[in-house]
Amino acid sequence: MSQSLRAPLPLVPGPVGIAWLWPVLLAVLLLLLLLSAASGAVEIPLAELPRVVLGHSTAAEAELWRSIVLEVRLPRLLFAALAGAVLALAGAVMQALFRNPLAEPGLVGISSGASLGAVCAIVLGGGSFALLASSAFVGSLLATAAAYHLGRRHPGMAGLLLAGIAINAVCGSLIGLFTYLADDNQLRSLTFWNMGSLAGASWPRLLVLLPLLLLLSALVLRYWRALNALLLGEREALHLGFPFKSIRRQLILLTALLIGPLVAATGGIGFVGLVVPHVVRMLLGADHRRLLPAAMLGGAIALVLADWLARTVVQPAELPIGIVTSLVGGPFFLWLLLSRRR
Amino acid sequence: MRFVLSLWLLASALLLGTAASFAAPPQRVVSLGGPLTEIVYALGGGAQLVAVDQSSIYPAAAARLPKVGYYRQFSLEGVVAMKPDLVLASDQAGPPEAIEQLRRLGLRVVVLPAKADLESLQRRIYGVAGALQLNQDGKVLVSRLQRELAAVPKLAGQPRALVLISRTGQPEGAGKDTAADATLRLAGYRNVLAQQQGYKPLSAEAIAALKPEVIITSSMSLQSLGGLDKLLALPGLAHTSAAKQRKVLVLDDLLLLGFGPRLPEAIRALRQPALPAATAVSAP
Repeated sequence: MSQSLRAPLPLVPGPVGIAWLWPVLLAVLLLLLLLSAASGAVEIPLAELPRVVLGHSTAAEAELWRSIVLEVRLPRLLFAALAGAVLALAGAVMQALFRNPLAEPGLVGISSGASLGAVCAIVLGGGSFALLASSAFVGSLLATAAAYHLGRRHPGMAGLLLAGIAINAVCGSLIGLFTYLADDNQLRSLTFWNMGSLAGASWPRLLVLLPLLLLLSALVLRYWRALNALLLGEREALHLGFPFKSIRRQLILLTALLIGPLVAATGGIGFVGLVVPHVVRMLLGADHRRLLPAAMLGGAIALVLADWLARTVVQPAELPIGIVTSLVGGPFFLWLLLSRRR
Repeated sequence: MRFVLSLWLLASALLLGTAASFAAPPQRVVSLGGPLTEIVYALGGGAQLVAVDQSSIYPAAAARLPKVGYYRQFSLEGVVAMKPDLVLASDQAGPPEAIEQLRRLGLRVVVLPAKADLESLQRRIYGVAGALQLNQDGKVLVSRLQRELAAVPKLAGQPRALVLISRTGQPEGAGKDTAADATLRLAGYRNVLAQQQGYKPLSAEAIAALKPEVIITSSMSLQSLGGLDKLLALPGLAHTSAAKQRKVLVLDDLLLLGFGPRLPEAIRALRQPALPAATAVSAP
């Protein structure tokens, strides 16, 4: 198995022509957003939706519906789409950097560093969002820096990978320690934080995160050439004129900047970053010029769909979204491992 | 000028006050937190409840109402869908953004303290009663609570007690800042785990060193540990005087851990002599 996992990803076009994939992905995303905006614990007829949003509806509850759609559902949907896109993009970049289709930000310790920061904020500080976000971000940066510097002592990706495993272990045990120290109330906050949630989505938060994360994503997208060159191998990339080491450093930093605030805002949402880029690569091939934006669209679709399920399956209550993504992503991951065995 | 301003402020305050008291009492109430739900029922306001959270399991009528999720992660839209005219929320209900959004949607949200002490319990009762416009019933309930607490016979000495809680088959001890500890101290016991913060797993050695004279546990914990004999045979526990004399008190979970209007009942149950077999006290 390890042989096939270490094999470089082929830079050949996938079975799907790019020309019609874009409109299809976009249409699916828009359709899902529309469906999702119309369904939830408060039932709003789909046909009535445009009139409700524009304020022309004559239904008795039009006022309530309007505020539900505009104040509750819309920020949450956009947040789900943004989070999915960013998670999938980060996953795609990590998979290219490690030349391993099973990589994701969790692998080098970015996610667990962010989690440690957030848990620290919940247990030691009051757990306000500003504190949570900044300490998650600091946690992800520290973990990534540690992974990078430790990994540099051993050439190649194996060093970075081993360092990531060690950092994950240390972060995991520190999270356990803080969990032990937490009082009853903090403990329950921690449990729910770990399961992930988009319930904290609101316009003010979205207005901070949306421009920041889109800007960072745009920066990451510009590295597609370097990522394509990397698929050939580190030495080959260097010969092609890509300063491999500094590119790797920049990309890891950008990923930490992307993941830190996101993990702080959503908690643990697993498997989107792993599964979505993989599926998109199977369809499109590994050309990052297409892969990266398509993965963003795919991630947005996956998380909007997961959030829709989370909100509607057990209504009027809702499931934590991390549970939905892991419940679907986990079996998929197993299938991935088994089918690669051959 | 200042006089006119203060007069105007006074007048508007009075006007607002009377407007609030003339408003009809809430008819569709959502309660986020088991202890609050219990108080609503104790005040006779159960008929106004349209939905509760998952921690509202007492009384049985509450368990039959629609659930809007666990109060720490309740579904915002689930609450709104119930079209409530009052939302009662524990100060641990959340996420905080969701409480804020409920208010922004124009819903009346009353947040009450969740802390397990007598003062917070009285504030909870007054708060719920005020929000339901049952102020008189609130006063009656609080004075009954105080009367009953005073009437419970005192406990001789301060026996050393260990509260054993188990959800997974592993015994955990209740330290300070827990509802069990607050109830225990009100009943006149000394908590052998007074140095510990919250609920922590117990080691066999620690139990033996703590030398408890009485063991207090909940009926669900006893079930999870596999019965009284299994509990008494726990390593470390078997050699304590509590286990040798079989001094074990078993209380209904919400009675021991709820710190609600049934507090006098819990205290009374804790103060009965725990001899020599286990005394099961269950909710009516």
